Amino acid sequence: MRTLLAFIALTCAAHAESILIRNATLLTVTKGTIQNGSVLIQDGKIAAVGTNLSAPAGATIIDASGKFLSPGLIDCHSHTAVEGSVNEGSLSDSSMVNIADVLDPSDINIYRALAGGLTVSNVLHGSANAIGGQTIVIKLRWGKPAKGLIFEGAKPGIKFALGENPKRQGYPSELFSSPAAQQRRYPGTRLGVEDEIREDFTQAKIYQTRWKLYNEDRAKGVHPIPPRRDLRLEPLVEVLEGKRYVHAHSYRADEILALIRTADDMGFKIRTFQHVLEGYKVAKEIAAHGAGASTFSDWYGYKYEVIDATPYNAAIMTRKGVVVSLNSDSDELQRHLNWDAAKMVRYGGLTPDQALAMVTINPAKQLGIEDKVGSIEIGKSADLVLYDKHPLSNYSKVLKVWIDGHPYFDLDQDLKDRITLADRKKDLIAKEKAEEDTAKKKADTERRAVDKKEGKLPQEGAL
Amino acid sequence: MKRLCGLFFVCALAAMLRAEPPSSFAIRDARVVTVSGSELAKATVLVKDGMIVDVGPNLAIPADAWVIDGSGLTVYPGFINALSTWGIPEVAPAAGAASRATAAPAATPQPAATPQPRVRGPEDRPQNNSYERAADLVKPTDHRLEGIRAIGFTTSATFPNRGILAGQGALIDLAGDQGADMVVAQPIGEQINLRTGGFRSGFPGSLMGVISYVRQLYLDLDQYQQAKSIYAAHVSGTPRPEYDHYLEGLAEAPRILLPADQAQQIDRMTSFAQELKRPAVLYGMHEAFLRIDALKQANLPLLVNLHWPEKAREADPTDVPSLRELEMRANAPAVPALLTKAGVHFAFYSEGADSAADIRKQLKRAIDGGLPRADAIRALTLSAAEVYGLSDRVGSIDKGKIANLVVTKGEPFEEKTTVEYVFVDGKLFKPSKVPPASPAGERGRN
Repeated sequence: MRTLLAFIALTCAAHAESILIRNATLLTVTKGTIQNGSVLIQDGKIAAVGTNLSAPAGATIIDASGKFLSPGLIDCHSHTAVEGSVNEGSLSDSSMVNIADVLDPSDINIYRALAGGLTVSNVLHGSANAIGGQTIVIKLRWGKPAKGLIFEGAKPGIKFALGENPKRQGYPSELFSSPAAQQRRYPGTRLGVEDEIREDFTQAKIYQTRWKLYNEDRAKGVHPIPPRRDLRLEPLVEVLEGKRYVHAHSYRADEILALIRTADDMGFKIRTFQHVLEGYKVAKEIAAHGAGASTFSDWYGYKYEVIDATPYNAAIMTRKGVVVSLNSDSDELQRHLNWDAAKMVRYGGLTPDQALAMVTINPAKQLGIEDKVGSIEIGKSADLVLYDKHPLSNYSKVLKVWIDGHPYFDLDQDLKDRITLADRKKDLIAKEKAEEDTAKKKADTERRAVDKKEGKLPQEGAL
Repeated sequence: MKRLCGLFFVCALAAMLRAEPPSSFAIRDARVVTVSGSELAKATVLVKDGMIVDVGPNLAIPADAWVIDGSGLTVYPGFINALSTWGIPEVAPAAGAASRATAAPAATPQPAATPQPRVRGPEDRPQNNSYERAADLVKPTDHRLEGIRAIGFTTSATFPNRGILAGQGALIDLAGDQGADMVVAQPIGEQINLRTGGFRSGFPGSLMGVISYVRQLYLDLDQYQQAKSIYAAHVSGTPRPEYDHYLEGLAEAPRILLPADQAQQIDRMTSFAQELKRPAVLYGMHEAFLRIDALKQANLPLLVNLHWPEKAREADPTDVPSLRELEMRANAPAVPALLTKAGVHFAFYSEGADSAADIRKQLKRAIDGGLPRADAIRALTLSAAEVYGLSDRVGSIDKGKIANLVVTKGEPFEEKTTVEYVFVDGKLFKPSKVPPASPAGERGRN
């Protein structure tokens, strides 16, 4: 009897994890479109994809007739969920700081992005300095603590920045109407930015050697004093050793080429050029270096170094063999990256699959997580988005989002929650107001009593 | 009333004639809340030379003791503020400006008027006062002390609170002829603030910058100590490690205090404490109602800030606060009750709430939030002593402990309660009747 009960409990537990989404138009991205397709989710993974899947006993069945299912969208450039400033702009090289230290899982923008079908974000340091901080890839598991957001197994990165932002010499007051200017710092030119990066990697190599010598000495039984661990240089050593990706904020063709040369000289790789609005001019060189390009669809002209840009950038780079993704760099834009992808059909004539790839499998490749996410394929994480219409249509709405097979967004539930939360808010405000009124009344009564005692109040009938 | 006038029962007339402060007291027939043990309904507390000599029913009263008739009164251990700047006159707000609104900013360092040399990174040790000792800064001249004693506080874990590495605390008694008299124990910890100068200031200008800076300092400390011990073992032929004032300061502190107010900060500082591999205390806790289980599991000593979040006094009436803010305001005062229920130990501190009226109001809100009164008293006495490992000398009414006592008529922090006597280090203070915060003074303050 007990065994039977245990068996029932076990099977229930296993089946509770199973979801079958049926009769959807599956936009697999890597394996074309499947009409009237089904996806079976088991233990957080995609267990089966096809047209004729039967549900295991106890599986939750979702009928998605007339609806569209895509892989979760991926944003290769985000600053969401960061507590405090996204820039440690005080130094030319602030590689000791780490976005992973300041993730804020309560940032409502996580939920809002989720409601737009986003499931993975590459959260970056800002672009104030030549070498910015360490970066982290997250899954948008709304409601989990910071540690629960981190994408297990995704390689960490580091932000570099070229051009106007890092060469601003910090933030002198004349640039912003603020009296609190930063003291000017190096560099002040694009040449200086390259020099800074070269200098920092030179230091990193010396540091690497120092530790190597120390470990050799120790192995020999000598007792040297260990070198000081330097949190600024350690991530750069990791870059040299291929353990950390470089994501380089860049716009102009000349600075892109200059960074490729510096990287080749110093012996490291650029994983992605970010923004890279003049990438179309040097696409072959970017492809040859093996770097990806993460750009905007049609956002440019917002400052001088981005005037020579075109919305055909992504399509041109794609045709030259670069892996291209479209990113948001914004709490707002990240909510509809699928519409940005749609623009690529218009600008450059890419196929819908190529366009969708720019917000799914391509950013996954750039982040080195394409074996886990980015398409609807057996064995990948069940990060899925259900739309009412084709996601490249402006009229499409996100209905449901799963991450690792768990539902994290549901439009119907959201509409109910809005009412509940609004009521809760109203109640709290009313309660606070009532307490305030009581306290005020009490204070008034006491004051009157004192005033009366001290004879400050006119006696009744005196006037 | 008659009893109040003639409370002193003089046994040793000679002592009185010499006009020397008495060194021996007996508080007789009082209700005694020992905190460490069970409550005594009618007992005597004997005090001599600054120590509690004995406590219990039916004690023989020595001939030289001054006797205080405690009938109708309750004796508690002196209250302890588990984190404050009390006793450091430099950070006290200007006299007269006792309200919290002005107290808080005065405690933060003002930006220097003259430009400082550019900070090149953690190596320059910015905002680092790790070596500064509260024990060297406390003085009995802090104008806040008299008012604080009058509501029953005898002791404070006082920290200099300047900068990021904000200096070493001392447990002090809130009276003495000079600063040195006040110090009970030091150093008791290093307070760490996650303060930034902001986006345009020097390093560190961001929260992540501050965290990486603190992390680097403790790595540097490990290396420093390792280098010193290797040097000591192999002096001949080994280059000597460079002396580092800042790291010496960090090395001295037996524990670190990390700020954690919101839920994500509690998570962050819990793991940071583990990473730094040092005994740690978390302070803040206003959103701890979301993290009770995690805190129980983390098993770190906690300091709960009595300065509950509330609506800004001059709030724009058209501003609608976020739901999170509203939840915090509504639920923070229930944190002590929730922690108690879960069996998590904590002590109270009053950030900037220095007036009797403020502290009374804030404690009342915790009690209204479901905190049993006995637990409130414990959080103000023995728990605070335990956080700093000093429960062998303060925090309860036990034989051999420092005679820090408060004698009240009524339950502490109730509006109609009066504090009749306060003993600090065995020295008697008879608070001039605490002026019931005049309604005029309360005007404009909610």
